[in-house]
Amino acid sequence: MTSTETRMAGRLGDSPLRPDGTLKVTGEFAYSSDLWHDDMVWGVTLRSPHPSARIRAIDLTDALRVPGVSAILTAKDVPGENAVGLEHLDTPALADGVVRYQGEPVALVAADHPETARRAAARIVVDYEVLPAVTDPRTALDPDTPWVHADHDNLVRDLRIRRGDPSPTAPVVVSLDFEVGMQDQAFLGPESGLAVPDGEGGVDLYVATQWLHVDQGQVCRVLGLPPEQVRLTLAGVGGAFGGREDLSMHVHACLLALHTGKPVKMSYARDESFFGHVHRHPAWLRYEFGARETGELVYAKADILFDGGAYASSTPAVVGNGGTLGLGPYRIPNVHVDARGVYTNNPTCGAMRGFGCVQAAFAHEALMDELADRIGMDRVEIRALNGMVEGDLTITGQVVDSAAPVAELIRTVRDLPLPAEPAGERDIRELPGGASNTTHGEGVRRGIGYAVTYKNVGFSEGFDDYSTARVRLEVVGGEPVATVHTAAAEVGQGLITIEQQICRTELGVEQVVVHPKDTTVGSGGSTSASRQTYVTGGAVKAACEAVRASVLRRASEALGRAELRLDGEKIVAAGGEVVASLAEVLTDPVEETVEWRHRPTYPIDPETGQGNAHVQYAFSAHRAVVDVDVELGLVKVVALDTAQDVGRALNPDAVVGQIQGGSAQGMGLALMEEIVVQDGIVKNPSFTDYLIPTILDMPPMQVKVLEYADPHAPYGVRGVGEPPTISSGPAVAAAIRAATGKPLRRVPVRPEHITF
Amino acid sequence: MRIELTVNGVAREADDVWEGESLLYALRERLGLPGSKNACEQGECGSCTVYLDGAPVCACLVAAGQAQGREVTTVEGLAGDGLDPVQQAFVEKGAVQCGFCTPGFLMSTKDLLDRDPAPSDPEIREALAGNLCRCTGYEKILDAVRTAAANR
Repeated sequence: MTSTETRMAGRLGDSPLRPDGTLKVTGEFAYSSDLWHDDMVWGVTLRSPHPSARIRAIDLTDALRVPGVSAILTAKDVPGENAVGLEHLDTPALADGVVRYQGEPVALVAADHPETARRAAARIVVDYEVLPAVTDPRTALDPDTPWVHADHDNLVRDLRIRRGDPSPTAPVVVSLDFEVGMQDQAFLGPESGLAVPDGEGGVDLYVATQWLHVDQGQVCRVLGLPPEQVRLTLAGVGGAFGGREDLSMHVHACLLALHTGKPVKMSYARDESFFGHVHRHPAWLRYEFGARETGELVYAKADILFDGGAYASSTPAVVGNGGTLGLGPYRIPNVHVDARGVYTNNPTCGAMRGFGCVQAAFAHEALMDELADRIGMDRVEIRALNGMVEGDLTITGQVVDSAAPVAELIRTVRDLPLPAEPAGERDIRELPGGASNTTHGEGVRRGIGYAVTYKNVGFSEGFDDYSTARVRLEVVGGEPVATVHTAAAEVGQGLITIEQQICRTELGVEQVVVHPKDTTVGSGGSTSASRQTYVTGGAVKAACEAVRASVLRRASEALGRAELRLDGEKIVAAGGEVVASLAEVLTDPVEETVEWRHRPTYPIDPETGQGNAHVQYAFSAHRAVVDVDVELGLVKVVALDTAQDVGRALNPDAVVGQIQGGSAQGMGLALMEEIVVQDGIVKNPSFTDYLIPTILDMPPMQVKVLEYADPHAPYGVRGVGEPPTISSGPAVAAAIRAATGKPLRRVPVRPEHITF
Repeated sequence: MRIELTVNGVAREADDVWEGESLLYALRERLGLPGSKNACEQGECGSCTVYLDGAPVCACLVAAGQAQGREVTTVEGLAGDGLDPVQQAFVEKGAVQCGFCTPGFLMSTKDLLDRDPAPSDPEIREALAGNLCRCTGYEKILDAVRTAAANR
């Protein structure tokens, strides 16, 4: 035997194909809405039509008479505690006497056909006493505004940051007010799943989610069952983007399944999906920057208000991010920030990609442009001048202890090739209005805009943020095979590919099986905060190292040799001599389970906001080029180019895919994506009226990836998924301002904001 | 009611179909073919695109009864002995993330390339504008379509 020098494909740094790719292109991949079971019944949800009302009575008589109906449940049928929630248990699984937003679940119906269930739900008579609704978050904290929750005022979280001189002055002062509309995650796979009763009082739930274990805890509380009796398995997930952090149909399907004794399938239609998950917080932001005449920031003040809607969801953490990160990736010695989240009777808001940083970035980047213009400085160079570098302090006093290449990122996007200047006859598909044939180039002006951001990676402010990995190495059919088992949700981002790559790299085996994601292994933490490659990646790496150590220990004992190592699928001695094959040593499987944590974070001081709140920062910059039909207010984004530091690209193709997809969502918020809410009522719950970018809307995107390894992170990785969603939108807004000369202090930018 | 139709070349039938059911529901829930997707069920996202007598349609907007006696091709019918070049290109070019839009994109892309074997980028964008993707930003989908066109 000789040592093999052949390097197998599919290790870290390669871009192997997704293990689920073939199933997804053949239609065989089982998404949560594809599940099916013999004898299953369908569950539907009756929701409140009112944003605020008391429920005086619910009459099920007519509904129960509908043939085919097997159960109708209301709050009084909840066996456990009727309370769920990510940070506060303030959300009833089913409304109990009061509804606090339009769309709040009131009753559940199970029937043999979804249409039967819908018709029966329509016959449930709910006697509502409509109450005044709190719909303006700007007056939610006024003393005469009613409380949305009888036992709590309307303040969800109030965060303040005070740093440096409390009364700073500067020769140049700029300020603005900004408003950001309510964005939807608009994942394509609807909320759905299948709950199967086990006949012994327990239930198995197959569901699309971002965090199986936090779901399990909430479902157990409502069902009044221990975790052993509520087992969750991840069904195929059709995108998430934060919208699957809170529960949707999880508890409801389990309640119906346990009540009927039958498997229950639930699958929301698109209109229901708009009511079935939380949204990105709309925000009102007031900012002031003071600077020297040479451009250096002297101070920054910000007042940020997030509309949390009816229930807390993750509003406290969104306020945390908006406050601690809300001034952007700049060096600012004197800081005064107030960030608040409030209850209203509007739709509940919570997690969405970019999490509190997206709203703030529109304000601080618009103001940075304003500052540059005021002092006659280049908009790129003022960002490079003020941009953080490694070793700087954040506004919470935390040392940025790995790369912070703000200047390099913004100059890199500036130096990328620009699209050609328009000349001659143009393809109307490339003009504002496109195939609607609204212009052939007349009235069209071009603008260029820039933005930078930074985002925390992983959970912050002292959260015990860990992941668990179980790795097993065994011989199957004469070949060594690794099996990696985590509960970390694959939602499309490619975590399962990364898990395979880590196992191949650490164990040298070619075949890596990804075990289905379920609650029979410890928590993987949330698939959010750009954290899974870092945290679950760290756990898989650690589990592989433990497996490798066990294998080599076993080999040493069996062969009587020391200082062995794994090389490919061979056991090699110190001198390079192959002493055994891995398969020969693996007479029995080796399995190790490891719980892995990143460096701890800490709560911030409640008075000053100072503290080491975050574990890692990720930086990106965008340059947008737009053509605007200034007569009709129509915008065509011509180019949306970006540079981002990813620490180390473990799967370069997947990194680029994350960056391009994230950029599209940020562009969507700048241009078109808004849930329109009037008096607590959602006006556009459909893909007809809530628009997301199509392939015609998206421009070509150049992506420049920087790799400054973070010495504190596994393999040097830095979270990737969120920064592009933060810096892309502000760059687009800036480009429209440049093209039109309009201030544009609200997004999404609507045609009337441009033309009037 | 009973419907009889040909799906992916095979004669199929379903009983007790409610008149209000869409072709999409019949395919997914009655015929065991959930590959066509249910992202919006209102004709906006293209995830349910199938061929009805060879023409691409949103299966969510076709009543199941309208498919009586007709030929339907779904994403499950695209592959032969191996993957169709369009499927292969989507896998290889990273055009698949969550994959929920993928069946619809595959059907629309194959239809485009059957009509126009070498489309320009604006032609690709126009042909696929009825298919929504939330994950990719469409760049890698464009790569995949260009690759599929080259490899067919």
